[in-house]
Amino acid sequence: MTGDHQTLALLLFSGFVAVTLAITTWVSRRRHGSAEEFYAGGRLFSPMENGFAIAGDYMSAASFLGISGLIALYGYDGLLYGVGFLVAWLVVLYLVAELVRNCGRFTLADVVAARMSERPVRIAAGASSVTVSVLYLVAQMVGAGSLVALLLGRTSGAAQAWTVIGVGALMVIYVSLGGMRATTWIQIVKAVLLLSGTVVLTVLVLLRFHGDVDRLLLTAAERSGQGRAFLAPGLKYGGDWNSRLDFVSLGLALVLGTAGLPHILSRFYTVPTARAARRSVVWSIGLIGGFYLMTIVLGFGAAAVVGPRAVRGSNAAGNTAVPLLALDLGGGAGSTGGTVLFAVVAAVAFATILAVVAGITLASSASVAHDLYASLRRRHGKHRSEVAVARWAAAGIGVVAIGLGLLARDLNVAFLVGLAFAVAASANLPVLLYSLFWRGFTTRGAVWAVYGGLLPAIGLVLLSPVVSGSPESLFPGVDFQYFPLENPGIVSIPLGFLAGWLGTVTSDEVPDEAGYAETEVRSLTGAGAV
Amino acid sequence: MAYEDPWYDTSASGWGELDGAGMPAPAVPAARAEPGAAAARARDVYVEVQRSEAFQEVRGRYRRFVVPGVTAFLVWYVAYVVAATTAPRLMARPVVGAVNVGMLAGLGQFVTTFLFTWAYARHARLRRDRAALELRWDTQELARGAQGGNP
Repeated sequence: MTGDHQTLALLLFSGFVAVTLAITTWVSRRRHGSAEEFYAGGRLFSPMENGFAIAGDYMSAASFLGISGLIALYGYDGLLYGVGFLVAWLVVLYLVAELVRNCGRFTLADVVAARMSERPVRIAAGASSVTVSVLYLVAQMVGAGSLVALLLGRTSGAAQAWTVIGVGALMVIYVSLGGMRATTWIQIVKAVLLLSGTVVLTVLVLLRFHGDVDRLLLTAAERSGQGRAFLAPGLKYGGDWNSRLDFVSLGLALVLGTAGLPHILSRFYTVPTARAARRSVVWSIGLIGGFYLMTIVLGFGAAAVVGPRAVRGSNAAGNTAVPLLALDLGGGAGSTGGTVLFAVVAAVAFATILAVVAGITLASSASVAHDLYASLRRRHGKHRSEVAVARWAAAGIGVVAIGLGLLARDLNVAFLVGLAFAVAASANLPVLLYSLFWRGFTTRGAVWAVYGGLLPAIGLVLLSPVVSGSPESLFPGVDFQYFPLENPGIVSIPLGFLAGWLGTVTSDEVPDEAGYAETEVRSLTGAGAV
Repeated sequence: MAYEDPWYDTSASGWGELDGAGMPAPAVPAARAEPGAAAARARDVYVEVQRSEAFQEVRGRYRRFVVPGVTAFLVWYVAYVVAATTAPRLMARPVVGAVNVGMLAGLGQFVTTFLFTWAYARHARLRRDRAALELRWDTQELARGAQGGNP
């Protein structure tokens, strides 16, 4: 990698930062400081705008670089990820989007707490939302650091550390100054950039093979050295039964977790009605589905054009497959086309990380201020405006994320994304579905459902091989591994549902019939929606 | 939402209005409301709407579509993941050229996701939206009447 790539990539990326900061300044000059404005962007985005923003929130650098890299290295098995990430949106569309838009205001806890004793439920739901967000955030921050090392060739620890600090500072600025409106526009800009970049590369790959997908696949299989096995499942997850079960567990977490991600749920409040929320999900399913289809082409394209050996030589996890492919498609190293395409891909990947962390920071600052602070502050203490608290919370979360990002800098944290989905599916989804659909659900059930999913999910990961007991773990020196799977979903998701049921049937609280009637009527008709 | 205005004339808003869906006119308070009682009556409005035939119909349409839909796509997805991890032989069986059963199943997941999305959006637009919107206005009218103030 020559200096040209780096300079151009840095220039393009600085351009993106300048545009996003301009958006933030422009938005913050017209702000009114209301909670409606800060958390929900005034609820006036159109379905198309929100659809792009949802897609922007969801398509992380892990999907763009990670999935295509997995396909380049292991063929078919990488594709399984993309399918899980996409099918998850049907759960969101069918069961969550419209109903949550109708009966909530800003956060998940709003929906749950409506018919319960408010304080314990809000604290539980707020705590689990913040946990999910922080896990996801740290994964993205560490990813940003290693991306710099990979793409710019600056492997020194200092460059990585400064990247983590820079990303953290920018996301705090976006969120605390611009709130939801700035964050949404940044997501839209990023989604357009990412999709255009992907479309260009996909077209170039297909042109290279004269539109013959069959030949693309056969060339990829041939260059992989695995033959036809490259085009069938089993190269990565087909080992012992343990790793197969692990993949099923991850698959469940992916498909059920999306509907419990706080930064996705908060996006539905930025549109005026449930109908608009539905239409924005339809937009985002189209965009996300198209995106994953293209990453499949890029992954097999990288295997066919660059070859798995060269990809693995550059980065063992395959994260540089797409940048290397871009370099080759543009005309090879040293050519102008190659330099430009490589720089574009690198800049798009940075933009992606920056936009995703901003979305998550906003959602977690909403959970801290709207759920935790509002429930935990002293009743007659000094009353601060909730939005001011949220702005400070964004800064606090930024500091925590930077700190954890720096600590975890050299660790392999790829499992954190899967874990964030598993926690969302085990702690947030059961309580959300029970509150929307179960007449007899009680406060104790809600609290148990959250903690009964959250604690097992975290606990099982601590006892799993990702933390100890194997050479790749966080602490390879010690061994307290008792749970064989890396992803806890297959155990912790049923536990979350079970705990919610158990808490409800054992409590002597009489379920609030009128409260359920209100939730049901509001969720399906939109009566009284804000 | 619970905005109580003691000077608001309840009889001017929502008095005796039918919701147009065959639901009997709700009991609307005759005079000014005390705050606590007003909130309780607003809650009664939701119970009343929930028991109405119009709402039962909307809820039935939603559930009759969503429950089989969710079951179908979850079963199809889990079957796909389990087959991919436990039966790689089956998935590797060639169909046409480089395309094998696994490829078709994977692309099938994409196609069915788009189809399920289209079907849901269409069902909601044609079978639920209008009725839900009418119920929404009726419910808000009733709630306004019961609360004795503009929500």
